[in-house]
Amino acid sequence: MGIAETRISQLQDRVVGLSVPASAWNAENRTAAVERLQSMGLPAPRDEYWRFTDPKSLNAIEAPKAALFDPKETDVFDTVDRLEIVFVDGVFDAVASDDLSGSNMTIERLSDAEGHDSHWAADCYGALEAIGQTPVQRPFAALNTAYATDGVLIRVTGKVEKPVNITYRHANDTSDAILHHVIKLEEGAELTLLENGPAAARFNKSCEVFVADRAAFHHVRTQGRDHERRAVTYIFADLGTESVFKSFTLTANGALTRNECVLRLNGDDATAHVAGASVGDGDFHHDDTVFITHDAVGCESRQVFKKVLRNGATGVFQGKILVKPDAQKTDGYQISQSLLLDADSQFLAKPELEIYADDVACSHGSTSGAIDEEALFYLCSRGVPKDQATDLLTLAFLAEAVDEIESDTLSDLIVEKLEGWLERHRP
Amino acid sequence: MTLDQVEVKEGVDQETVDAVREVSTYKYGWETEIEMEYAPKGVNPDIVCLISEKNDEPEWMTEWRLSAFERWTQMDEPKWAMVNYPKIDFQDQYYYARPKSMAEKPKSLDDVDPKLLATYEKLGIPLKEQMILAGIEGAEDAPAEGRKVAVDAVFDSVSVGTTFQDELKKAGVIFCSISEAIREHPELVKKYLGSVVPVSDNFYATLNSAVFSDGSFVYIPPGVRCPMELSTYFRINAENTGQFERTLIIADKGSYVSYLEGCTAPQRDTAQLHAAVVEIIIEEDAEVKYSTVQNWFPGDENGNGGIYNFVTKRADCRGARSKVMWTQVETGSAVTWKYPSCILRGDESQGEFYSIAIANNHQQADTGTKMIHLGKDTKSRIVSKGISAGVAQNTYRGLVTMHPRAKNSRNYTQCDSLLIGDKCGAHTVPYIEVKNNSSRVEHEATTSKVDDDQLFYCRQRGMDEEEAVALVVNGFCKDVLQALPMEFAMEAQQLVAISLEGSVG
Repeated sequence: MGIAETRISQLQDRVVGLSVPASAWNAENRTAAVERLQSMGLPAPRDEYWRFTDPKSLNAIEAPKAALFDPKETDVFDTVDRLEIVFVDGVFDAVASDDLSGSNMTIERLSDAEGHDSHWAADCYGALEAIGQTPVQRPFAALNTAYATDGVLIRVTGKVEKPVNITYRHANDTSDAILHHVIKLEEGAELTLLENGPAAARFNKSCEVFVADRAAFHHVRTQGRDHERRAVTYIFADLGTESVFKSFTLTANGALTRNECVLRLNGDDATAHVAGASVGDGDFHHDDTVFITHDAVGCESRQVFKKVLRNGATGVFQGKILVKPDAQKTDGYQISQSLLLDADSQFLAKPELEIYADDVACSHGSTSGAIDEEALFYLCSRGVPKDQATDLLTLAFLAEAVDEIESDTLSDLIVEKLEGWLERHRP
Repeated sequence: MTLDQVEVKEGVDQETVDAVREVSTYKYGWETEIEMEYAPKGVNPDIVCLISEKNDEPEWMTEWRLSAFERWTQMDEPKWAMVNYPKIDFQDQYYYARPKSMAEKPKSLDDVDPKLLATYEKLGIPLKEQMILAGIEGAEDAPAEGRKVAVDAVFDSVSVGTTFQDELKKAGVIFCSISEAIREHPELVKKYLGSVVPVSDNFYATLNSAVFSDGSFVYIPPGVRCPMELSTYFRINAENTGQFERTLIIADKGSYVSYLEGCTAPQRDTAQLHAAVVEIIIEEDAEVKYSTVQNWFPGDENGNGGIYNFVTKRADCRGARSKVMWTQVETGSAVTWKYPSCILRGDESQGEFYSIAIANNHQQADTGTKMIHLGKDTKSRIVSKGISAGVAQNTYRGLVTMHPRAKNSRNYTQCDSLLIGDKCGAHTVPYIEVKNNSSRVEHEATTSKVDDDQLFYCRQRGMDEEEAVALVVNGFCKDVLQALPMEFAMEAQQLVAISLEGSVG
């Protein structure tokens, strides 16, 4: 059997328990995704795009078991005034969630909306995912569009003051969840989306974000500390003229996390920042895969990814900036760095540039190394205990990524989480 | 589109544009009219045996080739490089072509067909009379007695002669064509051939293993510093002929050699294939410098013709403290697919890679290096400059890997690109794999390469900003170019005029 046949037969097995929900307005989008998926098949370890991350556990028919983990602390955004939406193992929890309403926006569950005859999301659902399949195939994103069981649809018409927070709880050690969100920001609209929690034993989440001209989208998420959970997540976003897109992710632990972010800057002078801080101890594999396409004049994009790894943890970064021929005056920046706290951990990176315009400033950097012994010695000589000094230097290393969060309140909460993690994971 | 019509963006020197134009005017496009002898077109076991027979090879070599051919038939062409070209019909090529006059191997240069000698003389490689190289422009500051360079000249499929063999022999150095080495030094060839680039390494290397017709062989015995620079000059002359040469360099313990490689081809409308393999073995404390000025015919302004250059080059630093340095100036070829690599196996071994790749008109270059750190305290450094003009595409593709055992190793990578005109492309595809924490890897590609401190120093001495930038940039560029041996002075001179201001990473 050839590779192509193997992929397809694996796929048939993989989707056996999944079904496409019936919907008057969404059936076509879903079926198109099924077709896309079938033409691709599942990823194989020898695929260039899966070079550093083994898709085996994501390809498996059953979700690998993930023990439940009780962090014994409150959720990260508990102190923030927010609109709360809760999913438990991918199932909406009406009791724990707030009333789905807010000023300057409409917010609905995907499964409710699919019961209607028509919907504004008909032109949006799966649209960015479909575009995002070239030049690189993303089979799990197509699988998500086709088989997502729920999600939220948010349409923002003005400035929304209160952040929307989606909490993903994990209650069943073999749960396998697929959620798909669509967020549409009309011209000049503003929204902050928060996400937190481990979600499920295996989680596939896709989020399509349409940022119209002069709109602003802020996104801060933390991926829960469950040690054995596995997740593949997608953010697809299209940016209009002078729009702003900022996304930050904190990942702690997890057997496998693959976060893909696919952005297209279509309007002039748009800004896109994607940042990530990840900390892993032991059986931890974290993969940030980013693809930013500059297709307009004068846009700015930044990618800042920092990873702290110990006890055999693996960090992966695959980032690409594509500057199309007429995207002059592009400012593209990309940095990926890892701090290896012991000899067993590894960092694998592929920071790529593909540039077809001559008047651009694009740069990238990637470094990897151990903690600076001299700095450590300096701190110790000033009376800081070695543990604390190491934590301090580690936090300083992560700061460039955390600084990408605009809201001080939110970045303080993230730093607090990081401090807690470092304290618990001292050697 | 010619460079004259290009509107150059602010910050790019006119001098740079002129230099790129100058470099890309092809001066070696003429052809030598000489009677040739061809093997039938196409590749099959009979052709493989024929090549082996023509070279008078022992049976083990024929077997080696045949097993390579067998593997090749089961392999697919690599598709991952950012290059596009029409599908190559591997059966529509000549795999063996030699001047008729070479049917009997000449005993000395006196017996070589004067037409062949004239060809090399025209290329600036006087094989016979002026064995001491003097005529190179810009080499006036060379020591008065001149510098000696031993040359192995390869014409299509055969080596036409090797100079200074006797003098080298006195030092114990073996420098001859690979076909001669297979006959004269089978024990060395058997031991090392295919030990760095295995037979089944990749599609083109495997094809080369099956059909390589000639190439150079170098052995430097322990403790010997090679008394002169060694050089191979490759010339493709015949039409529809692929050139498949194989170079094997062995630097035994504590030895040193500097090796130069040059290549040109006539101007033709149809593309020609060149698939070479270079293997270098470096033992304890030995050092090899390998420098290339690759100037194959790049195709015309409309992208017709040119050489498809698919090359596998690899150095294996086997011994402790061994050292290799690759320097390449890539100005020719329609399509380049070339990644000179270093396997840093010995503790404290060092690998360096300096590259300037210039692609103009319809040229496509996908080139870079691999630094594979296996031993402790190994060091590597990559400096790559890519320049694209016209509608050319230039890609840097590289791998740096630090294995768990490679404690305290160090890599520094810098790759910069410059685009002249808005129809070309510059791409960077680095792979970085770090598997231990005592090693440090830094990859950098930035727009402002000019160091602020240096700039400040120059300004403080009364230079204006532009002058200061020019000085610093030129100084930096010279750093790379000085890695080139003096024989490449002419090319280097032109290249120095290229500034990398306003580059993109």
